[in-house]
Amino acid sequence: MPGLALPRPGQTLNRSTLRTTRPLSPMTPKFTSRLLAAAGLFAGVFFTTAQVAAADKPVVGFSQIGAESAWRTANTDSIKGEAAKRGITLKFADAQQKQENQIKALRSFIAQNVDVIAFSPVVETGWEPVLREIKKAGIPVILTDRAVKVSDPSLFVTFVGSDFVEEGRRAGKWLVEKTKGQAVIAELVGTPGSAPAIDRKKGFEEAIAGQAGMKIIKSQSGDFTRAKGKEVMETFLKSPEGKSINVLYAHNDDMALGAIQAIEEAGLKPGTDIVIVSIDGVKGAFEAMVAGKLNCTVECNPLIGAQLFDLVADVVAGKTLPKRIAVEEGLYDQSQAAAALPSRQY
Amino acid sequence: MIVDLLLWPALAALLWVNRRRPLLWPLVALALLLLFNRLFTPGFFALEIRDGRLYGTLVDVLNQGSKVMLLALGMTLVIATGGVDLSVGATMAIAGAVMARLAGVSIPVALGGGLGVALLAGAWNGLLVSAFRIQPIIATLILMVAGRGVAQLVTDGQIINFEQPALVYLGNGSLLGLPFTLALVLGMFVLTALLVRRTALGLFIEAIGDNETAARFTGLPARPVKFLVYVFAGLCAGLAGLVAASNIKSADANHIGLYLELDAILAVVVGGTALTGGRFQLAGSLVGALLIQTLGTTLYARNVGADVATVPKAIVILAVCLLQSPVLRAKLAGLRRPAPAALRKEGAA
Repeated sequence: MPGLALPRPGQTLNRSTLRTTRPLSPMTPKFTSRLLAAAGLFAGVFFTTAQVAAADKPVVGFSQIGAESAWRTANTDSIKGEAAKRGITLKFADAQQKQENQIKALRSFIAQNVDVIAFSPVVETGWEPVLREIKKAGIPVILTDRAVKVSDPSLFVTFVGSDFVEEGRRAGKWLVEKTKGQAVIAELVGTPGSAPAIDRKKGFEEAIAGQAGMKIIKSQSGDFTRAKGKEVMETFLKSPEGKSINVLYAHNDDMALGAIQAIEEAGLKPGTDIVIVSIDGVKGAFEAMVAGKLNCTVECNPLIGAQLFDLVADVVAGKTLPKRIAVEEGLYDQSQAAAALPSRQY
Repeated sequence: MIVDLLLWPALAALLWVNRRRPLLWPLVALALLLLFNRLFTPGFFALEIRDGRLYGTLVDVLNQGSKVMLLALGMTLVIATGGVDLSVGATMAIAGAVMARLAGVSIPVALGGGLGVALLAGAWNGLLVSAFRIQPIIATLILMVAGRGVAQLVTDGQIINFEQPALVYLGNGSLLGLPFTLALVLGMFVLTALLVRRTALGLFIEAIGDNETAARFTGLPARPVKFLVYVFAGLCAGLAGLVAASNIKSADANHIGLYLELDAILAVVVGGTALTGGRFQLAGSLVGALLIQTLGTTLYARNVGADVATVPKAIVILAVCLLQSPVLRAKLAGLRRPAPAALRKEGAA
């Protein structure tokens, strides 16, 4: 991509800004017009990094879903930060939760002939045509955080993302150890039908399957929100079996934080009377652990920058990679919470 | 059980008093649902005093239901003018976000700020509907879509926590052993009822809802009244937003009040107010809101999976709507007292 001057922040996109700054031999008129067409498609896409890459560093195009949560923001910052650290040219496009924006961005990456394309797909389906175009252009694709459904698995190199089943399994294993296999469990499920809710339930149930003394007596959706988490926990506690509940497993930290309030209002001590384990590892969960109200959180790590660019280097070097790579994720309990809290970014 | 001694005679008395009023049907549905829970859901009626306040599922129903009850009050008046306000859920999110943002400044500023933006949101809707004559469903759709974005901007996309006791009291505190939110709802209800039943305002609203042109020709200030009902709906939504944020001690801009506008509309309709405007049932809307909340809590308490919980909910709502359908009721009445054939013919002629 040498020679293509991308607009600086504040500069408007027009013909003159998109002209090359230096004379460039391979810029045939046809190619120039294709480039301009691609740039036109780019109108809504926001560039953050735009410097000419050093010769040996790969150029990576990354299309993000959009800013939807603190988790996603941390994910974006991690990728941008790591690229800057390694001196890799990152072409970053924000899809603002729309697949058509993302497809436009991917096409523009082809037009710019980047070395590797990475993206977090907004939805699972509808990627075949554009992935075929990318394959024809000979650019390897890495999926991050969310998978796609395609008939031909060779359309992407690898998918790096959290393994929700494994997260549930780890929460279950931790609990088996903590309670020595004796627990009456209430479960706050995520949004019905969502992948994390299904998988985190599955993994947890697998992990406690062999334990005769562990039983889930209540399981109900809290929609991944604090308000619903609290409301459902209130009802759990007031049911006739409610008094026997001594463990809460929440599919995300927010529901656990809501449930903690319900437990307190019932005159019980969260973290002591009821052991609470949840998933995500947001800052609020660490604060609750420091206060002794939450016992354990399994991290769902958005900080994949380093891992992603290691994979990019591998791909460029021609190494073969497994189709599915799990993100490196931690598990934190109260003893580690205070030390980890200051470094939590989201 | 003391609860039974108090509750059932009170319900029976309410039913008897309203036996010829539209309020009867939502009350019947609520009574039946409560009876079902009394018989088949263990622990639903258990009440005890804990930390100086009543503690039990029934109390939760009142506390959790307060948000939709507040929304339903404002929504009733809007629907009575023949309009609808889809933006109340988003307004709740904005009010909650502003309160959380200002929580550190001072309590009056936080409360005033939250209610202030809610009033502004209501005024915006009112302006679009009354001055620019945009269809209410479209006018309020704008804020419904944009409002949550505004709330996100206010909170920077983060969940903002607050701990100020006064703000936490709003959604969690208790007054005389009962949730403070109940007092808030009752206060707003009495205020609204006085406003619309002791002044001509209620009559104006019904007249405008029935036939706006005719109302204007008789000299009613149709547009200012319409503007005001949207402002009032905004105020109710603001209060509900503050309660919702206070309830979880944080402003969660993505989720506060999500889809509650639909529950509020449902409560109003179940309560016996027609979407076509005209006559309205303020108390009916409250009963409707309570019915919806009781239904939701029943499903949690009976451990009905969330993926199928919408089905029993839909069935109950359908039953209440059918009970209120004039056509069906006429048919049912006909079944009960089959008129002699000759008489019926005479009536038809």
